[in-house]
Amino acid sequence: MVNDTSKISSAQPISKKEYNKRKFSLARLGCYIVLAILCFLCLFFFYMLLINSTHNNFQIQQGFLPLPGASFMTNFNNLLLNANIPVLSGICNSLIVSACSAVLAIYFSAMCAYGIFAYDFKFKKVAFTLILLIMTMPTQISAVGFVTEMQKIGLMNSLIPLFLPSIAAPVVVFFMKQYLDSNMQMEIVEAARIDGSGEFHTFNSIVIPILKPALAVQAIFTFVTAWNNYFVPALLINSAKKKTLPILIAQLRSADFLRFDMGQVYMLITIAIVPVIIIYLILSKYIVRGVALGGVKG
Amino acid sequence: MKTQNQTVRNTKRIRYTKWGYLFIAPFFLVFLIFQFIPLCSTIYYSFFKYFRSGLKIVGPIFIGFENYISLFSTDLPKYFGNTVIIWLIGFVPQIVISLLLAAWFTNTRLNLRCQGFFKTIIYMPNLIMAAAFSMLFYTLFTDNGPAKNILVSMGIVSSQFNFLASVSGTRGLIAFMNFLMWFGNTTILLMAAIMGIDPSLYEAAEIDGASSNQSFWMITMPLIRPIMAYVLITSMIGGLQMFDVPQILTNGVGNPDRTTMTMIMFVNNHMYSKNYGMAGAISNVLFILCAILSLIVYNSFTKKSSFDSPAQKRRGKVNG
Repeated sequence: MVNDTSKISSAQPISKKEYNKRKFSLARLGCYIVLAILCFLCLFFFYMLLINSTHNNFQIQQGFLPLPGASFMTNFNNLLLNANIPVLSGICNSLIVSACSAVLAIYFSAMCAYGIFAYDFKFKKVAFTLILLIMTMPTQISAVGFVTEMQKIGLMNSLIPLFLPSIAAPVVVFFMKQYLDSNMQMEIVEAARIDGSGEFHTFNSIVIPILKPALAVQAIFTFVTAWNNYFVPALLINSAKKKTLPILIAQLRSADFLRFDMGQVYMLITIAIVPVIIIYLILSKYIVRGVALGGVKG
Repeated sequence: MKTQNQTVRNTKRIRYTKWGYLFIAPFFLVFLIFQFIPLCSTIYYSFFKYFRSGLKIVGPIFIGFENYISLFSTDLPKYFGNTVIIWLIGFVPQIVISLLLAAWFTNTRLNLRCQGFFKTIIYMPNLIMAAAFSMLFYTLFTDNGPAKNILVSMGIVSSQFNFLASVSGTRGLIAFMNFLMWFGNTTILLMAAIMGIDPSLYEAAEIDGASSNQSFWMITMPLIRPIMAYVLITSMIGGLQMFDVPQILTNGVGNPDRTTMTMIMFVNNHMYSKNYGMAGAISNVLFILCAILSLIVYNSFTKKSSFDSPAQKRRGKVNG
């Protein structure tokens, strides 16, 4: 490499820029190799999952075959017919909980953020400080009180305590508040007031449309978080009909695993993971941007 | 006239004040019912003997700090240690790789292509259901599982080695999963922080003859310190909550020999045996730890402008 450059430079002196370009193209190659390895690590396990979900139990036991098989639908049907694992109701429950969580979280968080943004009241500072303080507090630590409280008010085995608490989502409020600070002018609200629009109507018809991009990003995050949530649902739900997907997966793990049809095991994991991946791949641009925003500003 | 005007304004403000409270009411009401009262009763129960043996419910009987004493004299230190060790094994490579990637992605001289593609891929595991991911790893790395067989045939591990029966194997798998799930997120956060740095700083450094390495250590690192602190502390809080992955991987028992039992898994076990007193006491220990960490995050937030405002950036330049 050194010889090479000196030879060329004796023939026709190369600019420093040219030399830098070469040095960096080597460095760039190194970067691409590291990135490729990391991407491989991120993707390979999902590749194995997808491939295995297309093989039947016998083929899976033979060892890993890198090419897809033909048993995808068979595995799917077997899983649906499996009486021990209520997959269909699991998917429905997970969808209900996640969708309700997302809608409640974004609407009421936007409301709370707008309340703090637009109005002057005595406890405004206190309220916002409190939201910042509880933002990083995990909900797991109050699980004991939560479960005993739900027992007392008779909400065990109900989906309501799985989505209702997401009305109080401090992270979402904080994100919305930041978004309002940089994208919302009070003049619009003043104008609406002069036109005789009520405060609540202003919020619904003016503020919500302005917040739309932020709402979309946060809806996805809340949906995915609720979809993946395992700890609290597992403590509250016992009845088979109300179980969500993560509980079914845990149930599969604690069942006598080796007697199980592995094709069905992989299929259940696929059902839990793949919808989220598809949504993510479609919206990845917005999601990645949302993560970056949440980081710099919150 | 003047007074009349003032009263009009006052009534107006009072009316709007009411709306402010109304708008934040749902949040605080739900927070009160579903988080604050449970938190208080968790703390309350931790001072009571309150469990179920068979069908009989014992307690609640006030016993003061007895739950805490028995916790600290028996298992809690071990489980705290497990949690910290597993967190560390995952976090150290996570922060190193994330810093490296963030520096590469933002390096204009390097000018990497396909950044959107790479970012999409490395962030993806973060959205995966941890329970399903862990179940997947269990099926792949169990004895005679496909991933293990591949590693054996490549000669990386011996066929005798059983991931889930060895301490380092199980802890390593959990840490590896945590790493995969979080390094993309950290990379994106750090990238955003680095891109927030005033580019003229780098230009000035380049004119002064600084290498990429030098500008990374002298400009980037000091200026992203606040976000590094944020990443570190939120990751610590996340580490303390570690549950889904080890729970599913080891089926809740923390095999081998409870070396992968985390604090929340311990809470979970007590919850299943309906020992609310003990579960409350562990939760309370976790609460205190998380509260301290959250306070640090809060402080860094209020001082946050350090990499937002140009004035602060200039100060950073002088210091650096």
